Amino acid sequence: MRDALTFQISDLEISKSKAMDWNNPLLQTGLTVVAILVAFNVVLIIVAYTVLAERRVLAFIQGRLGPNRVGYGGLLQPFADLLKFILKEDIVPDKSTRFVYFLAPVIAITCALMPMVVYPFGPTLNLPFEIFGTKTLPLYITRLDVGLLYILGVTSVGVYGIALAGWASNSKYSLMGGLRSSAQMISYELALGLALVGVVLQAGSLDLVTIVEKQSGWYGMGWNIFWLQPIGFIVYLISAIAETNRVPFDLPEAETELVAGFHTEYSALKFALFFMAEYVNMFTVSMLATTLFLGGWNMPFAAELFGRGTIGFTIYSVLGFFIKVLFFLFLYIWLRGTLPRFRFDQLMNFGWKFLMPVAILNIILSATLAALGWI
Amino acid sequence: MFTTLIFIILAGAAIGCAVSLVAQKNPLYCAISLIGVFLSFSGLYVLLAAPFIAAVQVIVYAGAIMVLVVFVIMLLNVEEEARRPLRLRYLIPVAILAAAALAGEAGMIVYFVRSSRDAAASTVGLTARIGEGLFTKYLLPFEITSVLILMAIIGALTLARRTGTLSVTDAQRPRADRER
Repeated sequence: MRDALTFQISDLEISKSKAMDWNNPLLQTGLTVVAILVAFNVVLIIVAYTVLAERRVLAFIQGRLGPNRVGYGGLLQPFADLLKFILKEDIVPDKSTRFVYFLAPVIAITCALMPMVVYPFGPTLNLPFEIFGTKTLPLYITRLDVGLLYILGVTSVGVYGIALAGWASNSKYSLMGGLRSSAQMISYELALGLALVGVVLQAGSLDLVTIVEKQSGWYGMGWNIFWLQPIGFIVYLISAIAETNRVPFDLPEAETELVAGFHTEYSALKFALFFMAEYVNMFTVSMLATTLFLGGWNMPFAAELFGRGTIGFTIYSVLGFFIKVLFFLFLYIWLRGTLPRFRFDQLMNFGWKFLMPVAILNIILSATLAALGWI
Repeated sequence: MFTTLIFIILAGAAIGCAVSLVAQKNPLYCAISLIGVFLSFSGLYVLLAAPFIAAVQVIVYAGAIMVLVVFVIMLLNVEEEARRPLRLRYLIPVAILAAAALAGEAGMIVYFVRSSRDAAASTVGLTARIGEGLFTKYLLPFEITSVLILMAIIGALTLARRTGTLSVTDAQRPRADRER
């Protein structure tokens, strides 16, 4: 079991420690669970502040002020919103399919949060004391042989959350939103997956930790976006925006046509779950873009400035990782403030007739270069 | 100990979902049950140290094929069917025979397969090994399968194109012209 899941803890060489038995499976499981819980909470707090940032930045783009009353400059607004979501009346439509109606938001938020555990958010840290029998602490929760496929798989199951929500609400707006979003997500999943093949070819691995480590060249600037994968990056970025149902691809919840799309009939905390799932998904695809194309935690001259494994190196790298992720989140908000919405046939044509061929071309290019031995 | 516990949970979920798949009347519930079966299976593959197969199981079956099935059920809005009388009289004996064959197979596996190889120690399910196998030993089956899939794609395209043009021209004609 431990080997099968390749927990990072069991990956390390475990020597006999006198002070504490790090080899205890219960302890290892417990620590992993704690790590996962901490990661989820950090992500949810970042997401809450992304919502606030979105409202403030959109207001700035549109020449308004945005929420600035709760706390200093509106900093406590996310908590006020959450409290409101919890206290509101929870309305369930009379003719809805109860079980599926309750299941849908659960699927949405679960599938949004699950990929968080495989992202390496920092380099291996050298510790002055011993932990798990070694003196190094890798900064990821778990390491999977198929980390990338795991993320794609979980994301593809996330479609059900939206599709089932649309169906179970028993409302035409919801159903239209659900159908649109299923069609859109199936279409853009292909371009998204194909855009990643180039990176996999280049790294020779599906393991995110290996993929990031392969980008450490050129004084920490050997990012895939600079080295042979700019086309893949652009295709990935566009399909990721479509995959998360954001402007300009937000047809499933086009408010001018469908009220609110698949979550029209959802209220209170269930609506909050969908809302959170959408923003967590944004965060996930931003992290994936950073990991695969922008070098993950690799920062320019990090090793030369601090030396590998030091505290300074780790802090610099982790900060760099989060700055890159925040840049993508800002890009999302920026696009929402700038671009109009696609029409549905334009969306499908663009996905199938432009992005897909470009992604396949990118694969052929990468494979040719790999066969020539240039990668 | 953990492994056994997780295996029991996953296997129980798989069997429970399979039973629910057969017993449910609402087609959408059947589809959800089938997704549950696939997800439990993928968990079992992870237990057998085959993470690649587990991921592919989720991506292909749960993430692609079943999405289409759910999509079609939603699109057609298939209603709950009233229980129909069994039209095939020989269905029950055949079912009993099939069940007996399944039990026999399970018994054979339990009886003959005795080598309790350590699943965790094997590398068969890892990505690199599967890639090696696909492009060396099983190259011909792999290529034949890809041609088969290409045929399916072209077939689907042909069918879709034919009905597509028909309905579009039909809709584009003026109303009076259609009613005539």
